[in-house]
Amino acid sequence: MSTDLIVRFAGEGGQGQVTAAEGLAEAAARVGYHVQTYATYPSQIKGGPTWAQTRISTEPILHDGDALDVLVVLNREAYEDHISELRDGGVLVYNAEDFELESNGNAIGLAVDELARSTGNPRAANMVVIGAVAALGGMPPDYFEDFITVRFTRGRPNDEQIITANIQALGLGFEEVTKTGFKVADLDDPPEETQPRVVIKGNDALSLGAITAGLDVFVGYPISPATTILVFMEGNLHGEDKAVVQASSEIESISTIIGAGYAGKKAMTSTAGPGFSLMGEGLGFAWMAEIPCVVVDVQRGGPATGLPTKTEQSDLLTCLNPGHGDMRLPVIAPGDVEECFKAGIMALNWAERYQGPVILLTEMQIAERAQDIVRPDPSAWTIENRVVSDGSVGNRRYAGETMSPFPVPGGPGAYVANASEHDEQGDTVHQPHTHLPMTRRRFGKLELLEENDYEADNNGASVAVMPWGGAKGTTRSAYDQLRAAGVDIGWYYTMYLNPLPAALLEELRSKELVIVPELNYLGQFSSWLRQLGVNAESVTQITGLPFKVSDLVSQIGARSGAERLATV
Amino acid sequence: MTKRNPDYDFKWCPGCGDFAVVRSIELALADWVNTNSRPIEDTVMVAGIGCSGNLVHLQEGPQPFGIHGIHGRTLPIALGIKSGRPDLNVVVVAGDGDFLSIGGEHIAPAAKRNLDVTCIIMDNGVYGLTKGQASPTTEFGMVTPTTPYGKLDDPVNPLLLYLSYGVKYVVSAISTQPRVLARQIGEAMEYPGFAMVHVQSPCTTYNDTYEALKGNPAKGIDPGAWDVPESHDPSNLASALDIAQQGGIPIGLLYRAQDSIPMHDRLTEARERTKAHQRTVDEMLDTLAI
Repeated sequence: MSTDLIVRFAGEGGQGQVTAAEGLAEAAARVGYHVQTYATYPSQIKGGPTWAQTRISTEPILHDGDALDVLVVLNREAYEDHISELRDGGVLVYNAEDFELESNGNAIGLAVDELARSTGNPRAANMVVIGAVAALGGMPPDYFEDFITVRFTRGRPNDEQIITANIQALGLGFEEVTKTGFKVADLDDPPEETQPRVVIKGNDALSLGAITAGLDVFVGYPISPATTILVFMEGNLHGEDKAVVQASSEIESISTIIGAGYAGKKAMTSTAGPGFSLMGEGLGFAWMAEIPCVVVDVQRGGPATGLPTKTEQSDLLTCLNPGHGDMRLPVIAPGDVEECFKAGIMALNWAERYQGPVILLTEMQIAERAQDIVRPDPSAWTIENRVVSDGSVGNRRYAGETMSPFPVPGGPGAYVANASEHDEQGDTVHQPHTHLPMTRRRFGKLELLEENDYEADNNGASVAVMPWGGAKGTTRSAYDQLRAAGVDIGWYYTMYLNPLPAALLEELRSKELVIVPELNYLGQFSSWLRQLGVNAESVTQITGLPFKVSDLVSQIGARSGAERLATV
Repeated sequence: MTKRNPDYDFKWCPGCGDFAVVRSIELALADWVNTNSRPIEDTVMVAGIGCSGNLVHLQEGPQPFGIHGIHGRTLPIALGIKSGRPDLNVVVVAGDGDFLSIGGEHIAPAAKRNLDVTCIIMDNGVYGLTKGQASPTTEFGMVTPTTPYGKLDDPVNPLLLYLSYGVKYVVSAISTQPRVLARQIGEAMEYPGFAMVHVQSPCTTYNDTYEALKGNPAKGIDPGAWDVPESHDPSNLASALDIAQQGGIPIGLLYRAQDSIPMHDRLTEARERTKAHQRTVDEMLDTLAI
């Protein structure tokens, strides 16, 4: 029996790989397995190398998996690109109508389209493939009937016909593979469900978190891979006093959420690197004038247009200091889909609590990852609202050394929210007696955001590993393997990157070395940690793809002096 | 320095047109408070960057709310305020450099949304606060620090620009008539939709156009400003476009669209359509449950 099945679908854009991977994941999740998907594709609508991966497990899943049990290829290029990642004993499934393979050692050629046509529904080709995968993984075809019924029940007169054809197509794929005698796994029965679960993508989870926290105004401009947040909000942020605006640029987006935040509303925008760069001046304005708002940066790769549909973690430093002058913005970076919901809530809470801009930093690999998570409970969260002025200090909105009550237009305390250096009333005064205390006030407010929320394991070790964001899952797997091999290394993780939890920072400072796996060239988080007095070093990768656990095991192992530290 | 705040350290130059504009705004707002029986705090002044943007700190008497942001972004800031709080009376104050150059990209989207705000643009044909460089409305051939051999670009015709972008309400004004200007601002604030009050507000230090606007018979200078004829029908866009192209500075109401549906009304109507799709977070999670 086995606990795990890793399947990759590869071909060119438009051949349905992502649909197949997500369909397989949803079907497996419906019968109780844990699932996770990953997809990568070129920046075009049709064509170009595209692949998607599904991992199914009886255990909670940390990452999408390294070594493939099953590789489904829809053209020869995909075969050549991916065959090296098929594990020993893995099975290749290919579309025999498109190409022939010289050696059929561990390969099954399926006439996918012909089989689909024989059901009377040529569009059921994906179900043939899913049936084939089910047979290889040892999952009975009836596991999938519920999924097919739910997916194709859309109130059309021929729903039933379509459902029957798809169930039949799945059965045909299953039979064809069973005939060959191949099998890569015999998955254990799914675990008993103890808690209600949902299958959700990172960007949707983040959006639901923000709505839970009382989001009033959302503004966005289309940009990969953040567009799904704008689309989600246009479809779901409804109600009296709620507004969704499609802006004409990211400069408009940031200025608009500042206007809404100033007017007393909870406001958010989402973007990716290029749009985030355009927001630098606006973020300085929100910092300077102390206006609550949230900017989601869904990282993609590279500077400028870069790699629009690939994953990278190279925006951290620009998020901490997005514009000119002295500022350092709060940054929350969720490491998985479950944390995306939490981060959506906490980013809005932080903006209200310290009255200023907050960056919610996520990345392509989490944004588009579908995963089963424990169903979030919106009522379990404390929702924070800014302290509103009752007018008792008149128009002295910026009085005091730290945060002060926020006057809302229409209420008492009329003042000028000023992006220029100002006095207590918000009037422009560019003198040392205003600039010094106001700068101290703005930085001092960050202390209000210190959470005592972080993961620590084996914290007696002198060397520790500490990933951030989407590197969390792969690094945790590598860490578990190293620990199992007897390496004495510690583990730290938090999604609160600025300010870091104070107790965590104290622990990190006591380490001989903190190893930071991160997907960028500069080693951005380790440089931030070094600024904070931590002896940190990065393990970097810039392929536009997530880490492989095997790479991390060897690289972290080498840097931690695994041979030296290993205890037998 | 103001009566309200002696520490405030900004001053306009003597004779600046903006003095008359701020007094006109004070008059118009006092009138708005009386007519609508609403508190002054229900008004938000959104200021651009430049000499004119400082107006928001220089208002005397009862204080509205203000926001003095970054260069060129008055309209998207106003969009955010109105998206969250459509009940507020929002007034944009900016100069020709802020509004027509760096901020020019925001006019068309605001017009298409029919953002329900009143914009008061103080046009002095120059970047004043940075000491007299050429702005979008600086005349062709004019010598400034950035055009030492004469300006090479044609000047923008702001009235024509507003009308062709679909701005619903366009009035051209002059700072030498503060009571008229106060009335024009008041009427623009009452208009349901995107309203532009474009004011000739001369810069006495870098581009003194008083004489060019008003004329000087002794020097044989004809007045550049002229009154929009009473025969003009402001609901007639073709006629408004014609006036905007006649040269000189027409003064008066050019255009007042009859068919104005402001942004908030569009949003309210759309909300009716979304009512059937309104779901709580729990109901949204139900659709994702497995």
